[in-house]
Amino acid sequence: MASAQSHARRRAFFLVLPLLAFILITFVAPIGQMLHRSFHNDGFTMHEDIGTGVRTPIMTNLKAWFDANPAGTEPTEEAFAALAADMVVLRELKAPGQAGTRINYELSGTRSMFTKAARQAKKLEAPYKDAFLDLDKDWLNPDLWRVMRDASSAYTFNFYLAALDLTRSSDGSIEKVNENRQVYVTLFTRTLFLSVLITFLTFVLGYPIAHLLATLPLRYSNLLMILVLLPFWTSLLVRTTSWMVLLQSQGVVNDSLVGLGLLGDENRLQMMYNQMGTVIAMTHILLPFMVLPLYSVMRPINPSYVRAARSLGATSWTAFRRIYFPQTIPGIGAGALLVFILAVGYYITPALVGGADGQLISNLIAFHMQKSLNWSLAAALAALLLGGILILYWLYDRLIGIDNLKLG
Amino acid sequence: MALPNHASTLERVWHYTYLVICALIFLFLIAPILVVIPLSFNIEPYFTFTEKMLKLDPTGYSMRWYDLLLTFGMTDPDAARDSSWWADAWANANWINAAKNSVIIGFFSTVIATFLGTVAALGLSRPEMPYRRAIMAILISPMIVPIIIVATGLFFFYSSINIQDWGIPYLGVVLAHATLGIPFVIITVTATLVGFDHSLTRAAANLGADPVTTFRRVQMPLILPGVISGALFAFVTSFDEVVVVLFVGGLDEQTIPRQMWNGIREQISPAILSVATILVIISIALLTTVELLRRRSERLRGISPS
Amino acid sequence: MKLKTALMATALTGVAFAAQAQEITVMSWGGAYTKSQVEAYHKPFTATTNIKVNSVDADNPATPIKAQVEAGNVSIDVADVEFSDAVRLCDEGLLEPIDHAMLPAAPDGTPATEDFIEGALQDCAVANIVWSTVYAYNSQNVSGTPTTIADFFDTAKFPGKRGLRKSAKATLEMALMADGVPAGEVYDVLDTDEGVDRAFAKLDTIKSDIVWWEAGAQPPQLLADGEVVMSTAYNGRIFNAAVAENQPLEVVWDGQILDFDLFVVPKGAPNKDAAMQFIAFSTDTQRLADQASWISYGPARKSSGALVGKYSDGKTEMAPHMPTAAANLTNALVNNFEFWVDKDAELNERFNAWLAQ
Repeated sequence: MASAQSHARRRAFFLVLPLLAFILITFVAPIGQMLHRSFHNDGFTMHEDIGTGVRTPIMTNLKAWFDANPAGTEPTEEAFAALAADMVVLRELKAPGQAGTRINYELSGTRSMFTKAARQAKKLEAPYKDAFLDLDKDWLNPDLWRVMRDASSAYTFNFYLAALDLTRSSDGSIEKVNENRQVYVTLFTRTLFLSVLITFLTFVLGYPIAHLLATLPLRYSNLLMILVLLPFWTSLLVRTTSWMVLLQSQGVVNDSLVGLGLLGDENRLQMMYNQMGTVIAMTHILLPFMVLPLYSVMRPINPSYVRAARSLGATSWTAFRRIYFPQTIPGIGAGALLVFILAVGYYITPALVGGADGQLISNLIAFHMQKSLNWSLAAALAALLLGGILILYWLYDRLIGIDNLKLG
Repeated sequence: MALPNHASTLERVWHYTYLVICALIFLFLIAPILVVIPLSFNIEPYFTFTEKMLKLDPTGYSMRWYDLLLTFGMTDPDAARDSSWWADAWANANWINAAKNSVIIGFFSTVIATFLGTVAALGLSRPEMPYRRAIMAILISPMIVPIIIVATGLFFFYSSINIQDWGIPYLGVVLAHATLGIPFVIITVTATLVGFDHSLTRAAANLGADPVTTFRRVQMPLILPGVISGALFAFVTSFDEVVVVLFVGGLDEQTIPRQMWNGIREQISPAILSVATILVIISIALLTTVELLRRRSERLRGISPS
Repeated sequence: MKLKTALMATALTGVAFAAQAQEITVMSWGGAYTKSQVEAYHKPFTATTNIKVNSVDADNPATPIKAQVEAGNVSIDVADVEFSDAVRLCDEGLLEPIDHAMLPAAPDGTPATEDFIEGALQDCAVANIVWSTVYAYNSQNVSGTPTTIADFFDTAKFPGKRGLRKSAKATLEMALMADGVPAGEVYDVLDTDEGVDRAFAKLDTIKSDIVWWEAGAQPPQLLADGEVVMSTAYNGRIFNAAVAENQPLEVVWDGQILDFDLFVVPKGAPNKDAAMQFIAFSTDTQRLADQASWISYGPARKSSGALVGKYSDGKTEMAPHMPTAAANLTNALVNNFEFWVDKDAELNERFNAWLAQ
């Protein structure tokens, strides 16, 4: 009997195994590999030639000096000599940009110091300290030396600090970055705020219609359900385009308002390329994800409880509040969590209708991936976002159960 | 939802207000999708209703944007519309090529997702399945993880294994889209197996049926509607996906959403609206199919939709 | 049915692969500019060499090629990039060096190295055009006539939304010029922290009225749709919208910022030899002059100047629309590529923080 059972277990498991392997290779492994970048960046330790693939260690002299001297040591002539020797290597490898960029991630304004110094590398002569200071007095900046020391090891958690608008001061303690460079906390807060707002709006809009759908006879509710499901099946880009058509300042909504005389032609509302555009379009797009779980909870609720309450003298409001609403809370929880999880990671819609202040954290990850190419920072931001979402996902599984996810 | 006879005036007022509110919410849901349809027939390159359109004057409408979908990218769009013109359109028109790519990618990713997903769902729905909950969570996660994270991960992963040198066109995008479609297949197929009495398979086995026959005769008819709905979901997911294509797709792998994305960002000509209209019509067709399948499945499992 | 279509499509793509023996992929900036290159370079190149040219577009080709090279996944053979980006990418070893000796001489025999205008030939790049960032307005939506760069920042005098490129380059310079910094001192001022603060302070005055654009095709569209009343733009895009599409758009040349666009070959390009062949072909005297008949950008060769005539409609003279026309140069700034090679990363970082705040 026991062997039959373990045989059955194995057979069930083997059915799932191919898919599990597929997901692990095409999904889990790539994300894991990407997250590795969030704490590993060898921009200041290793150079890889693009044509040949040859890997050459860089900044080795400086690294040796760092190893020999404890953190906080004032850079000596010896340190600058090591730096000069490394600059010659950088120049030969065409790597000053790479090394400078790595330092610049943590200390803005330093990339050009590396490219400049490497350009002059062959002309640098002893005393090296003065030679470097002639190029730029910032070469004595203790922050720069602290950053170079950190970066001389490929493993670092500084990208996580950067993703939270934090940095290390020259003595190694953690502090906030300069005010005019703080972005990420603002963006995380905004993403949370807008996602909560959108979740709330989908709840406010979704609850009445889910209730209507659940109380109408099935013949009618099935018809009306199509109005909820059609958006669900319609391309995201189509829906976003529609909202652009509606919300443009020369678009349908503004034209109608002007045509009806409710708005002067020069006072057209700016509803797109800002947060408003993001909120309106995302509320519309995510609304079905709220309505469907609500509906599936409301449908089986027996109306006789409410009727009983009414016959016992409760007003319809009290009956709703005391009897009906509490029974729908699981649906609200399921819908709200689902909408919130999806909203937090949204990218396309904010990118198209969000303008500058309607961007979410995903858009910033895309920016660092595609434009600034600060891949480690993108990975650190992604890791923080992913961490938050997995916690919510775990919560969803605990409270609602993934098996209960329904699609139409 | 009928109002009881003894309802007070206040309740009546509230009831009708409630119905109006619901109507407005339904309008909010559906209007943005329908508004693109008439606008795609606008003769002017604007995104708003012209005077002529509002007066239903036929001269305010035209098929020019649909025509542009065919001619854009053709080598000789002004030639006579004979068979060679159509051959030119089929071979060179940008939107037609995008549609071909979308269909190819959608087809192969759907096949992979549906096959792997269905087999796994059969395992997952067995009561003996070990670590069911954890494995289910992993398999559904592609639906939950933000697409930008998936795309970023795949960008590095595919670069590191040089997938573009393997000589299989679309491979990277197909595998990624299959991954994204799998949760839908799992959800729809396991839903059809809820309450499945596993003693039926044992009974079939005891009566001498081999496992393949058992599957074909007992489980297959039950799960088929779920498999088809899941496949449709997977296809739509791929057909609508743009972020992964942007990050890992080859430059010649233009799909419809990617072409739309470029179009929307640069200049939304009403040509985009005509594509949107076509896509809306496709989604109506798919939705109808899935609804019919769902009802069939409920009938089969004895859940009467009354 | 679906299977059949899919198989047919697969078969067709297979045929297409087999028929075209060689092809290269050229990345440019999209819209009217890519069209001018397709007409002037790609088509004659394919006709002459039988090498097919795939044209792909990006908002700024420098970013995707950098990403491709660093990820070791290069699919682009030739890219069209701005001056500072060409120099920066070359410094970082991301580009193939270009042998200037392969470039054809001018028709009168002047060697290429002397025929190209100063700075147009770099170690890894060959310029094809001189273009500029200008601002333009929709004359139907603006009451009055903006004439200076300061007018762009004056929303009291000219109310309405402004379009600006989502990038620090050119934006900061324009802000300083509008704030009264003479063109000749812009980069000295911008080199100081106070200067950067000053530029952002000027941008702050119109921040809530700005619609940001990224692709060069967007500003003419935003202007024509009435989404903005004024926008910075690449000058040729405005020319094409105004002349070819009869849009009521006017260019303001005051405070224009001149720059080169250069052809580069990313390191590891799959068809490097054909790419070099393409560059040599496209930057000869006639080809550069031809391009100027499709869009109002000045050719990078001196010998091409005399061959520039009318726009492809056959009636519009190109000369007065060129950024280099004498009348347009009264208060012009030449982009300081060295400044941006060094400061691009830093200033864009500050710019993005400012945007998000």
